[in-house]
Amino acid sequence: MRTSLPRAVVVARHVLLLAGAFVMVAPFLYMVSISFTENSYVLTTPPQFIPDPPTTANYERVLAMGTIPRAFLTSLGVASVTTVVSLLVSSMTAYAFARFTFPAKELLFRVLLVGLMIPAVMLLVPQFILAKHLGLLDSHLGLVVFYVAGSLALNTFLLRGFFESIPAELDQAMQVDGANAWTRYWRLALPLARPGLATATIFTFFGAWDEFAWALTILNDPDLQTLPIAIRLLAGQGNNAVQWGLVFAASAIAIVPVIVVFLLFQRHFVQGLTSGAVKG
Amino acid sequence: MTLQDTKVREAASHEAASRPRRRRVPLTPYLFLAPGLALFAVCVLYPITQAVRMSFYDWKIVASATSEFLGLDNYARALEDPQFWVALGNTGFYAVATLVPQVVLGLAVALLLHKRSPAQPLYRVLYYLPVVTSWVVVSLLFRFLFADAGLVNFALSEVVPVTDGQISWLADRWTGMVAISALGVWKGIGWSMMIFLAALQGVPTSLLEAATVDGASRWQRFRAVTLPAIRAALGFVTIMLVIGSFNVFISVYLMTGGGPAGRTDVLLTYMYHQAFGNLDFGYGSAIAVILTAIVLVLSLVQLRLFRDRDAGQVP
Repeated sequence: MRTSLPRAVVVARHVLLLAGAFVMVAPFLYMVSISFTENSYVLTTPPQFIPDPPTTANYERVLAMGTIPRAFLTSLGVASVTTVVSLLVSSMTAYAFARFTFPAKELLFRVLLVGLMIPAVMLLVPQFILAKHLGLLDSHLGLVVFYVAGSLALNTFLLRGFFESIPAELDQAMQVDGANAWTRYWRLALPLARPGLATATIFTFFGAWDEFAWALTILNDPDLQTLPIAIRLLAGQGNNAVQWGLVFAASAIAIVPVIVVFLLFQRHFVQGLTSGAVKG
Repeated sequence: MTLQDTKVREAASHEAASRPRRRRVPLTPYLFLAPGLALFAVCVLYPITQAVRMSFYDWKIVASATSEFLGLDNYARALEDPQFWVALGNTGFYAVATLVPQVVLGLAVALLLHKRSPAQPLYRVLYYLPVVTSWVVVSLLFRFLFADAGLVNFALSEVVPVTDGQISWLADRWTGMVAISALGVWKGIGWSMMIFLAALQGVPTSLLEAATVDGASRWQRFRAVTLPAIRAALGFVTIMLVIGSFNVFISVYLMTGGGPAGRTDVLLTYMYHQAFGNLDFGYGSAIAVILTAIVLVLSLVQLRLFRDRDAGQVP
């Protein structure tokens, strides 16, 4: 087969793939280009693709503004705490499902899977009222608690699979040596499930990093804004008065960390994606 | 495989069966489960029941005010509310307009990429880039691209002269929905491509080769060998995309805000507007419940569809 492909087919394949890749990437390049363009040259006809003259003024202004750097740190903090707590809690839950037999096990797991099917936005209203009663509105704790709750089902599902693939003999050997359940979970299961934890970390962290609807709903205090909210406020509502150079400078600051981590840890992204599809 | 093997396994299962007979209350698993399940019960399960309950009330958020029980009035109101039907129509449009291209193009790209070549990992990354970037950022980016003096109008008049370049994309219902759907497709193709790429690994090469030897054309091989082999992935992608499209929110909220005058509202932006704009939490909840019911029914229908065809294929 390898020899039989005519040259024309190979060339056509690459032309198609290149054209598609261009469509995928061009908007980002344009965005970066705009972030280096002076505002008076944005949305001119014909459009300017290479900034002339290029300027770093947008980045300087965004960094000097205070709101964006603060929102960046807020998002970093919220996403980090969410990830640590979610991984701890969901790995414990997953360990119980993977290593113990107890009454109503599969029923409880099914109930947990309901969390995967219910759209997050459907719960916006009742969760808002719950958060209000718990005094969690307008607080970062309110973000973390509900982000962790929202990520539990997926992470437990993912990690259960990883724990189950660890040979039971290892567990039994440790048990014979007198290790209790917590030691077996902490010393054996967690280290061996490291690839799964990495995948869960990436998905949880960026889920919280990018989350918009919940933060929009419960945060009022401008000092508490997360990065997506701050960027959205920068872009306002209408189209005319928007300082797109600023918006895209802030946007670039928000997505560059994501893209870097994605490039470094691609394997884990793919794993998280396909474990649902291939197994299910 | 061997007799010994079987014996060992029998002994192991025997041991496992005899252990619970000692009947200690299995406290340990519940200790592991407690934090996760407690949080899940409070923050997810309880709100689910509340969402349903609230939809039967004229729900007052202030503790002092009493909420009036309305029965099914909120649902009846939705059925008579023209704006609800606009939002439902737009959601349906978005579902169809994003599903088909994402499946077809995602599969096409996966097929093109499937043959191992040194450039494959690079292409994969490039196509996947939109998937990993934040919805907020790409929604603003597309609002910019579809602006009156934006790149799309320029491209459609100066580069490929098919329009006069004067389209106010985001100021009209259907052009607005096209722009929003374009974003959905662009952001989603990488995801479906990735799932299809994984599924294509499972297509038996021996069958493909046998078909080639038998003189089957490229298309015939695709129809008879590849397609049946990736049916499960096809079903998974379709279901996930339909669920996702009914949950479209951020892109609409940021590109058009549902405007002009609610013409590009989808179910969730309309729900959000009713709940947090008009503080009509009961009606908002009713819309959310209707949305969830539609999604559940569609998922079940699709599951049945893909399973039945599978069963029909066996002989």
